[in-house]
This record gives sequence, C-alpha cells and structure tokens, in this order.
Amino acid sequence: MSRIKIVNLQKSFGDFTAVKNSNLTINDKEFFVLLGPSGCGKTTTLRMIAGLELPTSGEIYLGDEEVGMLRASERDIAFVFQLFALYPHMNVRNNLSFPLKMQGYKRSDIKSRVEEAAKLLRIDHILNSNISSLSGGDRQRVALGRALVRRPKAFLMDEPLGTLDAEFRELMCLELKKLHLDIGATTVYVTHDQLEAMSLADRIAVMDGGEILQADEPNIIYNKPKTKFVASFIGSPGMNFFEVDEGISKDQSFVNIEGTKFNIPKQLEESKGSKNFFGIRPENLTLSNNEGLKGSVFGVEYLGSRKIITVKTSLGEIKVKTDISISVKLDENVQVKPLNNNIIIFDGETDKSLISEFIQ
Amino acid sequence: MDTSRSYLEPSSFSKKMAAAIIIVYAVITLIPISWMVMTSFKNVDSAISYPPEVLFEPSLEGYVNLFTNRSRQSQEYLDSLPPPKNWYEELVRSREMVITGPSKFLGRYSNSMIIGFGSTFASVFLGALAAYAFSRFRVPLKDDLLFFILSTRMFPPIAVAVPIFIMYRKLGLGDTHLGMIILYTVVNLSLAVWLLKGFMDEIPKEYEEAAMIDGYSRLQAFFKVVLPQAMTGIAATAIFCMIFSWNEYAFAVLLTQFNAQTAPPFIPTIIGEGGLDWPAIGAGTTLFLLPVMIFTIILRKHLLRGITFGAVRK
Repeated sequence: MSRIKIVNLQKSFGDFTAVKNSNLTINDKEFFVLLGPSGCGKTTTLRMIAGLELPTSGEIYLGDEEVGMLRASERDIAFVFQLFALYPHMNVRNNLSFPLKMQGYKRSDIKSRVEEAAKLLRIDHILNSNISSLSGGDRQRVALGRALVRRPKAFLMDEPLGTLDAEFRELMCLELKKLHLDIGATTVYVTHDQLEAMSLADRIAVMDGGEILQADEPNIIYNKPKTKFVASFIGSPGMNFFEVDEGISKDQSFVNIEGTKFNIPKQLEESKGSKNFFGIRPENLTLSNNEGLKGSVFGVEYLGSRKIITVKTSLGEIKVKTDISISVKLDENVQVKPLNNNIIIFDGETDKSLISEFIQ
Repeated sequence: MDTSRSYLEPSSFSKKMAAAIIIVYAVITLIPISWMVMTSFKNVDSAISYPPEVLFEPSLEGYVNLFTNRSRQSQEYLDSLPPPKNWYEELVRSREMVITGPSKFLGRYSNSMIIGFGSTFASVFLGALAAYAFSRFRVPLKDDLLFFILSTRMFPPIAVAVPIFIMYRKLGLGDTHLGMIILYTVVNLSLAVWLLKGFMDEIPKEYEEAAMIDGYSRLQAFFKVVLPQAMTGIAATAIFCMIFSWNEYAFAVLLTQFNAQTAPPFIPTIIGEGGLDWPAIGAGTTLFLLPVMIFTIILRKHLLRGITFGAVRK
C-alpha cells in the first residue's frame, strides 16, 4: 500500500485542457474521493494515475516511484470500471484469476487467493457461474474481487456504483467502506454523487473545470467551503445564495437585504468588488410570522423527519429545511429569517469564500 | 377485430405469406443445385438424354471418373486381365476401360483447401489487427485511409488482371500457393477491415483497459480479451472471405496451371470420351460445394448474429 502524490499534473486533448495544473497528496490507506460534475476532469485524473492516459505534463508518484510515463501494466494498481468490464467470455473464477495468471503464480496459489477474495466478498458460491447470469450487485463484487486478488499498491474506482439501483447502491456503499477498513488499501474513488462521497470518503477533492477547488475531510467541505462552487455542489437541497450589491469590509458583522438583517461571521477578507454573494444552508433558515424576507409558499417536500419548504421571494426561490411540525399551505404568505450567523460570504469576482478561516 | 395479439406481432396471414415466398425462393435456388447433385449420380448417357430424366438408376460412375484416369481397351485385352479387385474397377471394366491411375482432382481440391483457408485466415488476422488499430488509435488521415482501403473494391478485381499477371511473373509468384493466398488476401482485406472495424467499435475499450491494468500488454489484451469478444464478427468475416476465395475463377484460370491450380478452373476441363463428362463434372462440383457449405453451417449461428450485430444494443 502506498501514498499517491500528483504534482503540477496537466492533461490536454488538443485545445481542450481536461486537467489544469493539479496538485494532490493521497495518504497511505486513505479512502480518497474525487467529486465533481461530469466533465470536470475527475475521471481523467484517475485514468492518469492508472496509466490509461499519459499526462501532458507533471508528475505522478506511487509510493516513492515516479510512474507518470509508465504503462498501466507496470504500475501495480487495480482499477474498478463503471461498467465493471468483466470479461464476458470467462466465468467468475477465470475473471478473478486473470490478473494472477499474468504474474506467474502457481496454480495452487492462484486457487487459494481467488477463494480467499471470493470469501471476503461473499461470492464463493458463484465462482463457476457465467458473468452474464449475475445480478448487478454480484458483478460489482466480482469486479472488486478482480481488483483485490492482486493486492495492488492502490485501488482506483471510477463510479463503480453508478449503474446500480438506489437500494443496492446504499448496501454496496456500506460494504465498500467495510472492505476498505478490513484491507486498509489506499483507494481513489471517482463519483459525481455527493452523498456517496460524503458517506465513503476520508477526504474529498471537489473538482470543477479541470481544477481541484478543495481537498478536505467531508465535514470541512460541507461546513467550510473554500469557493461558491464547492458550497453549491455539496448539500441536498443545495445552499441558498443571495446577491449583495455592496462591498464587504473586513470587520462587517451583518448585511441588510430587503430590510432583513443577516448577521455574518467575523474575520472577513476585504471583497474585491461591489457585487458579492452570501450563502446559507436550508437548515440554517426558519419560517417566521413577523420578521425576515417576505414571500409565499411555492412547494412543500416531506422527507420523513424533515420538511423542505420552497418560498418564492423577491430574491428568488429559497429552500428552508424545517421541523415537520411546521405546517404551511401552498401560496400562504410567510417570512424567512436566519436561525444563526452560519452564513458564508463569497467574493463576486473570484468566487472565493471571504471568511479567513476557510481559505487558509 | 382480433385484439388478443400484439400489434407488433405479424398476423398469421402475413406469416403464411412470408413462408410461401421463402419456400418458392428456396425451390428456385435449389433447382440448379439439385440438378447438379442428380447429374453426379447419373451415367453418361442419362446425363445428356432428352427429355431429361428425373427418375433414373443411380450410379457412382461420375465419382469414379472424377478420381481416375482411364483408357479404352479391346475386349481380348480385358479378358486377359485378372478379375477386377473392387467395385470401381468392375464398373470401369464394364465400360471396356481400365484404370490407368488417379486423376488430378485430389491435388486440385487440396490446392483449393490450402489457398481458400490460408487466405481466409490471413485476411481475418490482418483485418482484425488493422480494424483494431483503426477503431482504437488516433491514426493520421484515418478516414482517408479507410476510404482508400474501400476504394480497392470499387472496380472488379479482374480489371487489374494484366498488371498482376506481369507482376507475378516477375516475382515468381505465378502458379504458387503463396501467390494465390496473397492475391485473395489482398482482395478480401478491404472487406475484412471494414466489417471488423464495425465489430471492434462495438466492444467497449474498458475490456482491454482492464486487461492492461491486470498486467497484460496491449497485444496480449487484444488476443485474450478483444478477439474472443469479436468472435461473431470474425465468423461472419471469415465466411465472406472463404466464399470469395473458394469460388474465385478468373484469377485462378489466369495465374495457375499446374502446381497451384484450384478446383474451379479444373472441374470444367474434365473431358470424357466424345465430349464433356457431365457426371464427373457434377461429382466434382458437388464435392466442391461441401467444404464451404460445412464451414458456413458451423459458423451459421455466428453469421446470423453477426450480420444483424450493432442494429440493436446487446
């Protein structure tokens, strides 16, 4: 098992730059998730670590070895594909022993290692089945098994749960996490699903437009986003953003919007321009009868333990996550006010957070 | 109105119509073939009798004549010989002839086998490698190259017969197995590349990437993972290549005479007494039909899947 480090990594396809000058260190035994919308460069980054794409410039270290220009077969990593890529003309056992055969293991060793991996993944009863007869979840397990029989330096996974249905995805998420704890392998996992990322990761790197915007633990990504994009991408429902038509100064303690006072955290950076944003998560807002932004109820979503109420105001639609005891009717006039000063200010020009602590 | 069936299902009337059309078509195409097989079991007289005989006493004379050379002898000489050792000697003696040796048919037939299967293998193998490269790599001028390859089929191959004849004479490839294999491979290769590229495009590249991650080189991954999955396309391509090189006549007449002559130019030259030996020709063509028929039947399942492949996602 090994640490993975990428230094000034860049990848261009013709005029298009898929990954821009990226730096990352993935610690030994860490479960690291690359998260971002499609086309953000996360899969390209993963494929460069795997050796399926060669970088345009920059270095990739696997352990202490620079592997950027090595072939995939020379890197000792395992890769789990989104579509599994199990060899359809071989049965489960042959799929699992395929990587071992290349390394010249003895037959008896191959057999015992395949069976050990199969037992760990609970697929030992289907070792002689054909791939085409397996369910999605079993295929997923076989794909994982093929990755781990080799005991590689690192596991790379490209949206491995993307094709499973929701119920199964949750189950496999738990299994993956448990598997990772059991074997403690360095894992790089690519997904566009923030829930998957939050529940699996030791650390998450959020990517957009080929750049790594922030790499941190899930709770820091959620609570202390460095940029407006990170804040908007994480959380369900997403963060509410309001435009503020004024500059934000260093020690400002509140902003006034449409007559409503929003307290903001101290220790701010100076904003660059006079148009800025502030973001507030739906759970930090509440409904009120006598103060706050005026609006009317546009939609109510019942989530079991919580309710999400969408309020149409002069600033646009605002989502409020409330207790289920609050009952409102459609088109009812309500007011929205902040619960606390858990508000993040973003610079309108650079998209960066203005809260000093977040961007250190 | 009958509403119990699905609207996607053809009605029983149209099914019957389809069956009738297929039966009529099959009968029309089978008439020459069955005539050929029947001729091969006739004797020389009934083969050319008018009106043609549909019911006749079967005879193996055509097959015996196909495989042997014979000479006519006087009755005294025949009487002086020891009694015939086997049934075909007896048959030949009854026509007042003796067997003087085996004919050239077996040699021509095995030439056809060597050249047919050899060029089929070469076309499919080279075609698969080229198709894989066109499908996966950024080849400069890819589209132009593919068009260029296809353009070799835009004129009848025999149009270049004269330059090829001269070229082959200079290179010493005329009347050799290798020369014929190369020639048929070149003709078939454009078809093989185009057909197989379609199949390769359908195989997700993740399969060979997975194999490369598993420690295999790209070439190993190609043979172990890509080729087995392209079997359908390979079977379909092999059948088309085989049918062409097995049946090819014009180049074979022009370029082969002795060593590498294939069966097609040989069979029509089988001459009996007083003209063409039709039963022997019928026997030759019947036997000639068998290998390509067996080959197609073996690969038929793949062929059916193969020619509709890509129309519907697996």
